[in-house]
Amino acid sequence: MFDFSIVTTWFDSLLRETLGLGDFLSILIECVLVGVFILAAYAMLAIVLIFMERKVCAYFQCRLGPMRVGPWGVFQVFADVLKMLQKEIFFVDKADKLLYLVAPFLVLIASVGTFSFMPWNKGAGILDFNVGIFLLTAISSIGVVGVFLAGWGSNNKYSVVSAMRGAVQMISYEMSLCLCLITAVVLTGTMQISGIVEAQSGPFGWLVFQGHIPAIIAFIVFLVAGNAEANRGPFDLPEAESELTAGYHTEYSGMGFGFFYLAEYLNMFVIAGVATTVFLGGWMPIHIGVAGVDSFMDCIPGIVWFLGKAFLLVWVLLWIRWSFPRLRIDQILKLEWKYLMPLSLINLVLMTVIVALGWYIK
Amino acid sequence: MGGRCIMANLIMFIILAVVILGSAVMCVTTTRIMRAATFMLFVLFGVAGLYFLLDYTYLGAAQISVYAGGVTMIYVFAIQLVGKRTLQGLVERVKTSRAVCGALVALVSFAVVALVLLKNEFVSKACCSADGGEVPMEVIGQSLLGSEKYQYVLPFEFISVFLLACIIGGIVVSRKEEEK
Repeated sequence: MFDFSIVTTWFDSLLRETLGLGDFLSILIECVLVGVFILAAYAMLAIVLIFMERKVCAYFQCRLGPMRVGPWGVFQVFADVLKMLQKEIFFVDKADKLLYLVAPFLVLIASVGTFSFMPWNKGAGILDFNVGIFLLTAISSIGVVGVFLAGWGSNNKYSVVSAMRGAVQMISYEMSLCLCLITAVVLTGTMQISGIVEAQSGPFGWLVFQGHIPAIIAFIVFLVAGNAEANRGPFDLPEAESELTAGYHTEYSGMGFGFFYLAEYLNMFVIAGVATTVFLGGWMPIHIGVAGVDSFMDCIPGIVWFLGKAFLLVWVLLWIRWSFPRLRIDQILKLEWKYLMPLSLINLVLMTVIVALGWYIK
Repeated sequence: MGGRCIMANLIMFIILAVVILGSAVMCVTTTRIMRAATFMLFVLFGVAGLYFLLDYTYLGAAQISVYAGGVTMIYVFAIQLVGKRTLQGLVERVKTSRAVCGALVALVSFAVVALVLLKNEFVSKACCSADGGEVPMEVIGQSLLGSEKYQYVLPFEFISVFLLACIIGGIVVSRKEEEK
């Protein structure tokens, strides 16, 4: 298995020893490089995801999707981005301009912040704190404030109503999201992202195999709650076009809207990525205990495993979005508070019992 | 990081201090209540940043999740419940006598804090103990839920019961009375 930390250690020693830079300068250069890498990966993935959404949605609806710009329509997203960059950014009369400007950035910060936790490869996790998963959920909760401020800053009653709905929905579903992550942490025994991935090595080591019934329940609940947390269909009620126009970003134009759009798609990827990391082993290849198969699986690089699993989950989320009708707000809240949250609480107890009695696959 | 790159730590501290102080001043001087809530959010972020600077990652994460994600949202919802008409009338002019009083109180509290810090040699002690680096999650968990000496299971349980009582109280207050 290729260990990416070889590259980072080499680069670090290049700066420190070969070039003779001090601690401060070399850390600064590394931080800037990593930041550029995160933003570049973020933008690249957004383009891929938006194109994927349009194509997958088209095929589910028996259409072709974008076909005109470039072969098979691959340059459609670039054209969209160009259009969006040219648009004028204007303000709403009597709106709070500061909050109007700050809101998209808060949403984007939450999205980029959680995105930086993804373990891309062995030794290539960017943020790897001891409190990993906890910090990830903490940062994702900033997005709620952004959504709300966007609605308030627009000075539009429809925006406020849909921002209220969005915030209520996100706060509610955060509960079962965190409970599912805690269920996983009970089994892995660590909150550090790299530790969680390490704990899933070994034959049938992925958490869904290791923790069997409770892990599978937690995985499914996590996907449902994550879909709601990312405000995507069938929970995309904040954007119900027929009643609330375009939701809390009705009044945004140009890149203000672009940021919300970006954050929505990347949140979907982050949900898929976290589910991959926690339940499907992150970059860890599947091992079945037969030496030949295991070493063959190890030949495939970790990033391919990670992206493959994450995009598979993204595809499942798209499938769900284009197959189910949209829920009403009371149905959404009922689903969370009456079914998902009690289920995840019971599931947490079940997982604790199974770990205490040692009934999981070691 | 320990004591290796004092320079970087100092620069980060200055940036955070400017953010915290600037936002705090803006928070109390602005006349719009939603802006005040937003600036308070920035102050809380800055404080979380200070915790990260000190390698207290758990405290920093709790700060972001509880204060930034929770308390600010509760304020925002409470502001929404008040209604726009009431909020627009909430403009208060700063009087000179009040400003003087405020300055006096600030001066006295600054003197008290400075005295305590200097008297207890708190700073030098904190510098010595901060070199331990990040406290592992296991240690924090054990001391939060352990029942031995210097462990905190009783306060923890007490706070959870207290919060439960608050939640039930909130439901009772907000519950719609059924038609009789």
